[in-house]
Amino acid sequence: MTDFGAGASSTLLDVRNLSVRFRTRDGIVQAVSDLSFTVRRGETLGVVGESGSGKSVTSLAIMGLLNRERTDITGEILFEGNDLLKLKPDEMRRVRGRDVSMIFQDPFACLHPMYRVGDQIAEAVLAHQKVSKKVAMSRAVELLGAVGIPNAAIRARDYPHQFSGGMRQRAMIAMALVHNPDVLIADEPTTALDVTVQAQIVELIDRVKRDFDVGVILITHDLGVVSETATHVMVMYAGRAMEYGSNAEIFAGAQHPYTWGLLESMPTVEKKLDVLMPIEGSPPSLLHPPPGCPFHPRCKYRFEPCDKLRPPLAEIPGGHLDACHLPPERKREVWANRIVPEIAAPA
Amino acid sequence: MSATVQAQYATQTLDGRDNLVEVERLTKHFAVKQGVFAAGKGIVHAVEDVTLTVRKGETLGIVGESGCGKSTTARLIVRLLEPTAGAVRFEGRDITHAPQRQLRPLRRQMQMIFQDPYSSLNPRKSVGQIIGEPFSIHRTEKDVKRRVQELLARVGLSPEHYNRYPHEFSGGQRQRIGVARAIALQPRLIVCDEPVSALDVSVQAQILNLLKDLQKDFDLTYVFISHDLSVIRQVSDRIAVMYLGRVVELSESEALYEHPRHPYTAALLSAVPRHSPTTGTAQRKRIVLGGDVPSPVNPPEACVFHPRCPRFQRGHCDVETPILRSFEPGHEAACHYPVERWPMTEEELRRPLGATAGDSNETNG
Repeated sequence: MTDFGAGASSTLLDVRNLSVRFRTRDGIVQAVSDLSFTVRRGETLGVVGESGSGKSVTSLAIMGLLNRERTDITGEILFEGNDLLKLKPDEMRRVRGRDVSMIFQDPFACLHPMYRVGDQIAEAVLAHQKVSKKVAMSRAVELLGAVGIPNAAIRARDYPHQFSGGMRQRAMIAMALVHNPDVLIADEPTTALDVTVQAQIVELIDRVKRDFDVGVILITHDLGVVSETATHVMVMYAGRAMEYGSNAEIFAGAQHPYTWGLLESMPTVEKKLDVLMPIEGSPPSLLHPPPGCPFHPRCKYRFEPCDKLRPPLAEIPGGHLDACHLPPERKREVWANRIVPEIAAPA
Repeated sequence: MSATVQAQYATQTLDGRDNLVEVERLTKHFAVKQGVFAAGKGIVHAVEDVTLTVRKGETLGIVGESGCGKSTTARLIVRLLEPTAGAVRFEGRDITHAPQRQLRPLRRQMQMIFQDPYSSLNPRKSVGQIIGEPFSIHRTEKDVKRRVQELLARVGLSPEHYNRYPHEFSGGQRQRIGVARAIALQPRLIVCDEPVSALDVSVQAQILNLLKDLQKDFDLTYVFISHDLSVIRQVSDRIAVMYLGRVVELSESEALYEHPRHPYTAALLSAVPRHSPTTGTAQRKRIVLGGDVPSPVNPPEACVFHPRCPRFQRGHCDVETPILRSFEPGHEAACHYPVERWPMTEEELRRPLGATAGDSNETNG
């Protein structure tokens, strides 16, 4: 059974009832609703969901990168006990990059094309430390080496266009590590990369987690990446957590029809399927979320209460958390008899 | 087997079906100006010496990483690009250097579906105009509106969507519009260039199933390009694996996944993250290739994969170019030290059969 108890000594980030609403011309977009999760040192929380599920908005909220004028954020984001949402902008600036840092999907867009890679990382050093430029530069070179850039001292003098996609993502990771942060948020870090390079970056993030002793939030739509690297998994849909548990609890016993749908619809490299099983329809508009369970219009297993009553995220007896009205025994039966035979790898 | 025998073998029909497309020793070079101030000139070797066939009614998957030449190959097949060397035959007709005038009627036979359903549809045209455009270009249809509405229904959209604009649709629905446009003229061949890469997982399968149904109903032939080995496995009858402009392995689909012969294919397969419940976490040892794909401006000598290859043998792989050779009927790979069995660990992969201890760079390095 997963221990979700807050306040444990190793808990770095404790997000409680986070909701994010955007005020737009068309109305209020309920991007994230009532989200709670924790990140601990040495853990990787995989956040899975489709576009519009609120996973990136969650990370931007943690980083304090949402425009507060047009956004209503409620709930608490406790970092080592302090609520980041209560910090003033200049206080937040001291947290950002030093305590919590982030790497983004597109390493092409995140480096300034006209400054040398080493200088950009050194600049990040100088943002929080009063050291000489020379010291900052040597720190940059050291970090580039640590993330696997060969001849780091020479390559630090390169411009971003001289780096390949994989190397740029490594440079971004180096920059994120400048101040030995406690929490590293990686938002789709491998999506823009090729498969073989993706494998390198996934391994690097895993190594960084151990070497730098950080807690990682890994945001991705790729269940494969999550299954191979995350210690905990949160499945999001329409701004809400649908299912939340340890890696084994999710991948060896998923309980939510949406998670099943994701697992079933993902083409697998391990066998040729007779038919692919898509989730019919498309994700709901967050301007007008459906009543009841947000997934009910697309759910194969919906029944009487689903379109009226929203199921809370609650603990399944003897297991993890999920938000679904189906009785537990029915879920276990569907998982074992219908989902596992469908997705299991051939022996 | 010699290269010419190989080429003949590749163009023969294996199961009695005729070839729709035959591509022979196809090469495409692009000239580039190097440097901001155009100091020197270089050549991008986008596609080098590619020989393959597409049989009627099949799906040929082309898989590889970015820059491997898969999209260029596809564009050469439908003659959106003119090859530098080699030949393309469509239904036995040489179209390698056919002029625009001759190509136009052929375009009815060959259509494309593109990756990005956001940029491949003109935002200022209605859905009816977009899908109806092939009819107005080729003047084949009198009652265009009725036909377009039939097509909309066929791809799973509502006929009432006729007057709507692309921005009103989700990514998956837009890709359906792209599919409707591609099948409008009842083509023989559709080149699908990463048709589901921009879509969410739950929607990907919808489009893949739609393509499968249409293939059955209209007897379509697909060239399906993707970087995603999982998607390719689900859709392809045969697969060409490309690396730096060359076909390194060409095989019946299932044989490729059950026993890849080229070390690059092996590394690609092993790099794909798995999510099946039995695999669990990190039990599998991944073969991680070092480095990145080299620049196609200066591709490596001999075997283009040798700088990253775990089976690299100095004095052989960097000297002699391997040609595609056959391992079993319908399975070819271009490698001096092909993978003997599968799965293999990285350790085992580094000890290629047939390599003498003397020229192994790994044992002493």
